[in-house]
Amino acid sequence: MWSILQSLWLVLLHMFQPRFTVQYPDERPYLAPRYRGRIVLSRDPDGEERCVACYLCAVACPVDCISLQATEDPHGRRYPEWFRINFSRCIFCGLCEEACPTYAIQLTPDIEMGEYNRQNLVYEKANLLIDGPGKYPGYNFWRVAGVRIKDKDKGQAENEAPPADLHALTP
Amino acid sequence: MNPVLLKIIVLLGILIVVLTLASGLIWLERRLLALWQDRYGPNRVGPFGLLQVLADMIKIFFKEDWIPPFADKPVFVLAPAIIVITVLLTFAVIPFTPLVQIADTNIALLFFLGMSSLGVYSVVLGGWASNNKYSLLGGMRAASQMLSYEVFMGLSMMGTVMLAGSFSLRSIVEAQRHMWFVVPQFLGFVLFLIAGIAETRRLPFDLPEAESELVAGFHSEYSGMKFGMFFVGEYLGVILISVLLSVLYFGGWQGPFLPPIVWIVLKTLFFICFFILLRAAMPRPRFDQLMSWGWKWMLPLSLLNLAVTGAVVLAMRR
Repeated sequence: MWSILQSLWLVLLHMFQPRFTVQYPDERPYLAPRYRGRIVLSRDPDGEERCVACYLCAVACPVDCISLQATEDPHGRRYPEWFRINFSRCIFCGLCEEACPTYAIQLTPDIEMGEYNRQNLVYEKANLLIDGPGKYPGYNFWRVAGVRIKDKDKGQAENEAPPADLHALTP
Repeated sequence: MNPVLLKIIVLLGILIVVLTLASGLIWLERRLLALWQDRYGPNRVGPFGLLQVLADMIKIFFKEDWIPPFADKPVFVLAPAIIVITVLLTFAVIPFTPLVQIADTNIALLFFLGMSSLGVYSVVLGGWASNNKYSLLGGMRAASQMLSYEVFMGLSMMGTVMLAGSFSLRSIVEAQRHMWFVVPQFLGFVLFLIAGIAETRRLPFDLPEAESELVAGFHSEYSGMKFGMFFVGEYLGVILISVLLSVLYFGGWQGPFLPPIVWIVLKTLFFICFFILLRAAMPRPRFDQLMSWGWKWMLPLSLLNLAVTGAVVLAMRR
């Protein structure tokens, strides 16, 4: 009986405690910079698409919400012809971001993606691409990768040794 | 003015005020529960979220009013009406102020007891007609709970009846001119409070609807306005018990400075808030604990209260 009265009193005292609720549309909760929200495709510092259409994100995605088609531009750079993320399926696990070898696909702290029409949750490449480099400002995949493209031959990338001459006899 | 016309005005006034209050309690309960749980509760529709009630009403009126094919149709439809009717009828005998009372009968308390016993049929029949295991269990629980708690509810009130020498609620209020009955009848007050909570099936005694074990118990098959009727009935019951507590033990409309209507409203609101606090703080007891509490503690205590009060009244009269 005493404990009942005690708990009544303690609950009554909660009247004077601050409330935990964040009144969302009026006041916004803090979202950490690495919060896993809306997915974007970033560009490298030169303004070119980072995505090389390697399909690793599509493979890593546990709910298969990413689909894309690879193609190649005249410079020899691979890029996605189209890139589609179905956000009505996406579980925002971030595995695509981990799988991406070029830092192209990134999750951002934006959670306001509500739509009245379900079809609008399917984002095309134009909706996904952003203008900036996202979380990795200086990184340019093509500048460090040992792949030949139009203005850069093998051995010309940053920190890359010149290719070995297969026909030379010297060790 | 024509006395019949006056009666009708009072009647309509009480009906409207009580029904409005009952739906307003939904808002009050949600806000107070939220306050005690460090939340806000409904605060976006209208000032302080007051129009939330209106929104809920619109929603519940537009919901599909579905009767399960396996239900006992006439009883299923009748059950939610019974609780509202019986509780509303009881308001007829309650003296809110010297002027605002519909019927001043000399058996007001008996009328209340009778009506509250009839109100149990609503829950039992609702549980039975739903033709659903859990609803039936809820109905059974309601029946046995009411049976055991109504016995000492009646007995606990007899103390005030003895002190006032009348079953009429108006005489009981007038007998408290010098001292509220909560002082000489403190045990009776506590017993009546507990029985009253059990009567309204509010949280420490909400075993008939026990969401966590019986999936809303007796009203799990109900939807739309029939479900709403059960809720209105429950809130009306809360108001009724709160008014009765203030009438029987806290001097009804009597109090210094303020007009009578303000006093009765203040006292009633206090008990309503207490009911909500109970819901915020109390866990639900096990069913056998509830029964053994009722029969092994409350009933003997109320009998003791009855005997001692009777002896004292007799000795005073000598």
